[in-house]
Amino acid sequence: MKYKSQQVAYWFFALSMLLLALQIIYGFIMGFAHMGYDGLHEVIPFNTARAVHTNLLVVWILSGFMGAAYYIIPEEAENELVNVKLAYIQLITLALVGVAAIIGYHFNYWEGRKFLEIPRPLDYLVVINVLTFLGLILATLFKGKKRTTTSLVLTMGLVFAALLYLPGMIWFDNQTMDSFFRWWVVHLWVEGVWELIMGGILAFLLIKITGVDREVIEKWLYVIVGLTFISGILGTGHHYYYIGVDKTWLIVGGIFSAMEPLAFLGMALFAVAMYRKGEKKHPNKTALNWTLGTAIVSFVGAGLLGLAHTLPQVNLYTHGTLVTAMHGHLAFWGAYGMIVFAIIAYTMPNMTGRKLYNTNTGLLAFWLSNIGMLGMTVAFGVAGVAQVYLERKVGIEFGLVQKEIQVHFFILICCATLFTTGITLYMYEFIKYGRPTNEALVD
Amino acid sequence: MLSKSQARTFFLGGTVITFAIFLGLSWNSLSNAVPKQTHEENLTSQVVRGKHLWESNNCMGCHTIFGEGAYYAPELTKVIDRRGAPFVKAVLTSKAPWAPNGRKMVAYGFSDNDAEDLIAFFTWIGGVDLNGFPPKPDLKQ
Ligand code: HEM
Ligand code: HEM
Ligand SMILES: [Fe+2]
Repeated sequence: MKYKSQQVAYWFFALSMLLLALQIIYGFIMGFAHMGYDGLHEVIPFNTARAVHTNLLVVWILSGFMGAAYYIIPEEAENELVNVKLAYIQLITLALVGVAAIIGYHFNYWEGRKFLEIPRPLDYLVVINVLTFLGLILATLFKGKKRTTTSLVLTMGLVFAALLYLPGMIWFDNQTMDSFFRWWVVHLWVEGVWELIMGGILAFLLIKITGVDREVIEKWLYVIVGLTFISGILGTGHHYYYIGVDKTWLIVGGIFSAMEPLAFLGMALFAVAMYRKGEKKHPNKTALNWTLGTAIVSFVGAGLLGLAHTLPQVNLYTHGTLVTAMHGHLAFWGAYGMIVFAIIAYTMPNMTGRKLYNTNTGLLAFWLSNIGMLGMTVAFGVAGVAQVYLERKVGIEFGLVQKEIQVHFFILICCATLFTTGITLYMYEFIKYGRPTNEALVD
Repeated sequence: MLSKSQARTFFLGGTVITFAIFLGLSWNSLSNAVPKQTHEENLTSQVVRGKHLWESNNCMGCHTIFGEGAYYAPELTKVIDRRGAPFVKAVLTSKAPWAPNGRKMVAYGFSDNDAEDLIAFFTWIGGVDLNGFPPKPDLKQ
């Protein structure tokens, strides 16, 4: 770590870990409910658990992205963060808004639009919070000595992500319009601008870990984010097939979304190629595992499992079933969960000065969480395919089908336990690192 | 081989072009297709009140509509066709938890007026032309 202000990142990562732990608890509540054990129904009905689960997911990922930016931007721009105090205020207010939203969900206080449940008054606070964050990042970048491609791509992703939050705040009387613009947020985030953020962080990690020349890495970064936008923007059409708009989207959405896996394939090939090419072998093996892991698992979860149901002929049957949940889990985990884990694994030794580069705990955490999540994906997938067949092809009633597939949720919970064990080990190591210290500063 | 500035041009050019096409297609859908396919003329204030209730209770946290939402409870796009309004009204106004096949719904106990608003919303939703969704079960005996 070269700049003292990079330490801010630690607290964003800590918040991120805390929220992830809570997210998992609510995941179990839903898993059990699907299995028929809904003992908490009176206190935490399914819709509460779900809103909490998915919103915590988004907030822990965003908190991880923010931490990553607070670490990466000073280092790339060669400049201390312009205002450290404001960054801490931003952290605390982010946590407070998040907690307020989560509590509200337990008292039927929400907006009831999938992924955008945060009630309107809190939306405005989110906007102010994110503007503060962006102000700090942009000021640091533009007052700095250097503006590297890596930092520009990362910053561009963050700025666009903030802008795209706004279409989700417009009120429409027409459900079709509502859905149309909800996807400008949800789809253009995960299959657009978040990939820029991921690409920026990945490029930073590869430069540091493999020692390959920055020019080479950044050239491929442009190609990857180019592929992302060219396929992903028009790929939004894969959510417009069946919501009450014209059939043009069946063709446009089908073709362009089918090309979206290319960007993820690009990322996987790029990470592996740079690793092979690199002469410098950085001793931080844990960070290397997560870096290569995120590039590969995101290709499987987002790329391949996305492709599996993106053509209109398939999506007609799988749309809005557990097949979607299967893809949602591995995609979010592989692309955005694991990139956050990678940047944390890389930065912790640098911030704290403790070099836990290659521990058994770290290795076990990596494999258990990934095997667990793959198992969960298979469980959702089997349940989903059975659901599609019985409900959409054979025409058996929803409730009867759900009874038929309950057993897969037992498997889901077993795999989720494995996953949670991995996550617990990762968090244990996070705590063992201790706090950042000025002694870890190097020139 | 590709240079870095060519790669940047690919990124910026590709983004601008596809985004322009995206805006054009969106404009076309919203101004031409939506009013027709959703029968905007039937979008009464009662339907809008129903939509408010749908959202403020986060019904989408268990159900799907247009295939969007959660996978814990049935798809409701065609619920009025499937069950009929009186059945839906009974479920919505019930003060005891409705639990078909053992899976519980929150007992909202809506007033008659609120239930009527939600039914108006579902009726309007059911009339939207969804390009063939939900599909007909083609293996049904
Ligand atoms: C990291 C990237 C991605 C993430 C995090 C992600 C996550 C998700 C999530 C959470 C949903 C459910 C959204 C909702 O119903 O509100 C979804 C839906 C969908 N995703 Fe992805 N996805 C990613 C990439 C992709 C890619 C690359 C493709 C295609 C090749 C794809 C295809 C789809 C399709 C077709 C649906 C709609 C499913 C339905 O009709 O119910 N996704 N995705
Ligand atoms: C360890 C435990 C976990 C369990 C048991 C679990 C279980 C579930 C269940 C049952 C649902 C609801 C499906 C429905 O609507 O019926 C769900 C939704 C979701 N979970 Fe998890 N989950 C876990 C962890 C995670 C993690 C780590 C992530 C992300 C990295 C994640 C991302 C999501 C997403 C994106 C959705 C929404 C999916 C959609 O709408 O298609 N979950 N989860
Ligand atoms: Fe999408």
